[in-house]
Amino acid sequence: MRNNNDIEVSRRNMWSGILFGVGLIAFIDETVFHQLLRWHHFYDKSTTDIGLISDGIFHAFSWFATIAGLFLFADLRRRNGLIFQRWLGGVLLGVGVFQLYDGIIQHKWMRIHQIRYVDNVIVYDIVWNVGALIILLIGIYLIFRTSKNSTLKEKNANE
Amino acid sequence: MNSQYLLHSHGHNAMNHSVPGINLQLVLGVVFIFLLVAYITAVLITNQRYKKWPIFRTICWTIGMVIALAAVVGPLANIAHSNFTAHMVSHLFLSMVAPIFLAIAKPITLLLRTANTTLARKLTSILKSRLLKFVSHPITAAVLNVGGLWLLYTTNLFVYMHENAFFALFVHLHFFIAGYVFTISIIYFDPVYHQYSYRFRAAVLIIAIAGHDILSKYMYANPPAGVSQQEAEMGSMVMYYVGDWIEVVIIIIFCWQWYKSAKPRRNVTVGFNREQVSMHGK
Repeated sequence: MRNNNDIEVSRRNMWSGILFGVGLIAFIDETVFHQLLRWHHFYDKSTTDIGLISDGIFHAFSWFATIAGLFLFADLRRRNGLIFQRWLGGVLLGVGVFQLYDGIIQHKWMRIHQIRYVDNVIVYDIVWNVGALIILLIGIYLIFRTSKNSTLKEKNANE
Repeated sequence: MNSQYLLHSHGHNAMNHSVPGINLQLVLGVVFIFLLVAYITAVLITNQRYKKWPIFRTICWTIGMVIALAAVVGPLANIAHSNFTAHMVSHLFLSMVAPIFLAIAKPITLLLRTANTTLARKLTSILKSRLLKFVSHPITAAVLNVGGLWLLYTTNLFVYMHENAFFALFVHLHFFIAGYVFTISIIYFDPVYHQYSYRFRAAVLIIAIAGHDILSKYMYANPPAGVSQQEAEMGSMVMYYVGDWIEVVIIIIFCWQWYKSAKPRRNVTVGFNREQVSMHGK
């Protein structure tokens, strides 16, 4: 009984983090790169149909993810079930996956838009994707570290 | 009855090439003012029999109706006829902002409370009917709502809308009704006879929002019939970014309803057994 509950709580910590991470990075992408720097374009002439659909679905999902992730976070706190490191791992995982997806699939394969409209955009692409990979790896590390239920057991023992 | 009459006379007028814009505004204005008056009358009746209907809900209904009116009557509606951005703002008001306020106002609850038992029973059986079950199903509602937009902006319908006043009336009413039905198929305030899980509704909501986003970006590159490139770009960005913020409000209400419903009855990790025992003790 207790054990099932632990697994459920542990899973929820990760998913809440992932959802929030995806939403957070999408929001940063939108405000920083689209609105403030104006590096990205609202619509690229070379954008394909499938790219447009993928972009739309991801945009819709990211809005929902930010808000749902935060409500899940509040629910975990209300239940005394928050494992912050695991949640943070989820956030970084979400951020990393989104950036990699954006950088490789959306920018390079579907060609929705580029990071910036300059000659040697490859430099930006490398920084973008390597950065994403590092964030992703830290996220995975944090999730593995907290996945043996040890954190939660300690937490319960202390209470 | 009144609006029925106007609707017919309006159709004739359109054919007799009198000013269609004014008539359209008049008909739609009468519809929304009628709904506003009907709601307030129902509140007054129900307040005499039962405990007071929350003033907050009456205010929400009024705000919703004022927003709907602003979309179809007056300066915005006038400009919307020739300016695509204004048309887009009017669309957002009529089919997205107003429905949220109207949903919060719980009109169906009020209606059932005001009606006498026989009528209320009839209404309930209508609400439970297969047809309404089908129409208010999240997927049907989403298709009618977003699909209607696709149809309007990617075909010649948009031109017809400006030529034929009767058709314009239909489009406006469709905007309004489809927007409302979709809103109440996702967020539940009134009693719902066919409930769907949060997970399912979340999926439909995301897909519907995506459909809206994709359409707005599509219009950026492919202007609707009769709309210039420049206007289409402006209008589609309004639809995309302003639409975003309205969608955020719907998502927050949706998640908040989940948060309330998922409230733990007891502290899950600590004191689980103790409370269980004390409950048995009683």
